Amino acid sequence: MKSKDRNYFKILRAGINTTYQDLGRNNLYHIGIPFSGAMDKRNFQLLNSLLQNDYNSPVIEFAYQGPHLKYFGKDIFFCISGNVSFKIISKEGVIDGNSYQCYLLKNGDEVDIHSTNKSVYGYFSINGTFGVDYYWGSCSINTQAQIGPNNGNKFSKDLEIEIIDINNSFNKRKLDYLGSTIENIRVIKGTNYDYFSNSSQDKFFKESFKITKLSDRMGMRLEGPKIENIVDPNIKSEGLVKGVIQITSAGDPIIMLSDHGTIGGYPKIATVISADYDRLVQLTPGSNIKFKDVSLEDAETLYKLYQMETNNLISQIK
Amino acid sequence: MIKNILNLGDAALYCDFGSDVNQEINSNVIKYFYHIKKLNLKGITNLTPSYNKLIISYDLNIHSFLSLKKKVENIEIKENNKLEKNLIEIPVCCDNDFALDIERVENKLKLKSEIILEKFFSKNYFCYMTGFVAGMPFLGDLDQEMRLKRLETPRVKVPKGSVGITEQFCNIYSFETPGGWNILGNTPQNIFDSSNQSNPNLVNPGDTIKFYRITLDQYNEIKR
Repeated sequence: MKSKDRNYFKILRAGINTTYQDLGRNNLYHIGIPFSGAMDKRNFQLLNSLLQNDYNSPVIEFAYQGPHLKYFGKDIFFCISGNVSFKIISKEGVIDGNSYQCYLLKNGDEVDIHSTNKSVYGYFSINGTFGVDYYWGSCSINTQAQIGPNNGNKFSKDLEIEIIDINNSFNKRKLDYLGSTIENIRVIKGTNYDYFSNSSQDKFFKESFKITKLSDRMGMRLEGPKIENIVDPNIKSEGLVKGVIQITSAGDPIIMLSDHGTIGGYPKIATVISADYDRLVQLTPGSNIKFKDVSLEDAETLYKLYQMETNNLISQIK
Repeated sequence: MIKNILNLGDAALYCDFGSDVNQEINSNVIKYFYHIKKLNLKGITNLTPSYNKLIISYDLNIHSFLSLKKKVENIEIKENNKLEKNLIEIPVCCDNDFALDIERVENKLKLKSEIILEKFFSKNYFCYMTGFVAGMPFLGDLDQEMRLKRLETPRVKVPKGSVGITEQFCNIYSFETPGGWNILGNTPQNIFDSSNQSNPNLVNPGDTIKFYRITLDQYNEIKR
């Protein structure tokens, strides 16, 4: 491709944990490969809807601090989802951008994504398609197993992000949305709930836990009252799923997130319900959370409501 | 063969085949795993076989717990369904640089290193499951006198290719990860190959593994 025909971003600053993500890869747990995919699926879905892309189009996910990108090519639009502060730098000057709104980029313009506010993950994409390779049907980068485009590594400075397709019939749209936060994380009791003393079971639901800095796409470590195991600190290793809360030998909860190890040997006290996962992963280290017990039937209903709410937001895009 | 089906959260079935770890129970898990995998049921997003459990993850938009549970309960597995088993030979170098925990193992088992390695290499091992990280096989069973616990403090980084033992099991670290198994050697062979998308794992559940010992020169030759 001649360089003047190319449309691409050059990364001036990579940000903290910047990767390509889509809906992730299925049916690979048995060989040790987790789902991966965008951590916050609602914001992923909203972004592709705003940009009128295919529902599973690749987006760029960042955590805490996003990338600073310089654009080269013909006119395109971009959009950011999540609670994010960013600036658009062009010949006309510098403006502050708003999430859930589409902006025009011309050759030489820059987008500087400063930070996510009171949240962890944000998403960036364009009215078109990034040039990515697919691994087991997904372009999601899993840095732990080094699977995905960019040799399975997070983005680094000077990397060039190719755009292979621009949608010219695109209509600029926006959504008035302030994001959704959560106070209590709802869970279903786990398969090893009875491994823990009655007083610890009580504490698990009555007291609050703090999210520690040892949190990433693989898992979220919490600290709070020690959870006392009265049976065995280990179980025979068995499969894990997203949202499972294991209690380590030290008595601390650890929540499995999208890039988690597929097998684990710590007892499972509970599992976060699917309806609360997107909002759980957005909680920053230092936040306090409380767990609330719900039944399986309620969790299934709450998930349907959550999906309806997402679809409702999509219908409000104008 | 499934004793009980519970829910693991709101989007997975937890199929319990018993509490013991042995090849008979595990073979049942693996039979169910391959059978359900072949059925290619819509809305099944993952199957995770382990020693004595099978976890079936599903898309909540397509299934609910009770309806999928009923479907799985109605699956019939023929007892004479033979498992496909491959014999895989894996070279291991036990040079001092690789056998990170040989002294600890000598002390705990009260056996000389040559005896330990002789015992280790004299057996074939069965693959119970793969996972934790991509491609890592969990193999067994070690002889009674070869069994010991994990390291008291796990290593932050276990080198890729390390071959370790703990309790009745041995494994191969397919990636550099944290881990607490007692390391006896290292294989130059690639255990997980992401470029081979149809079959990235060298070892799959149900396979038989034969380790054979190589020298450092041979190790370097294969690595090259």
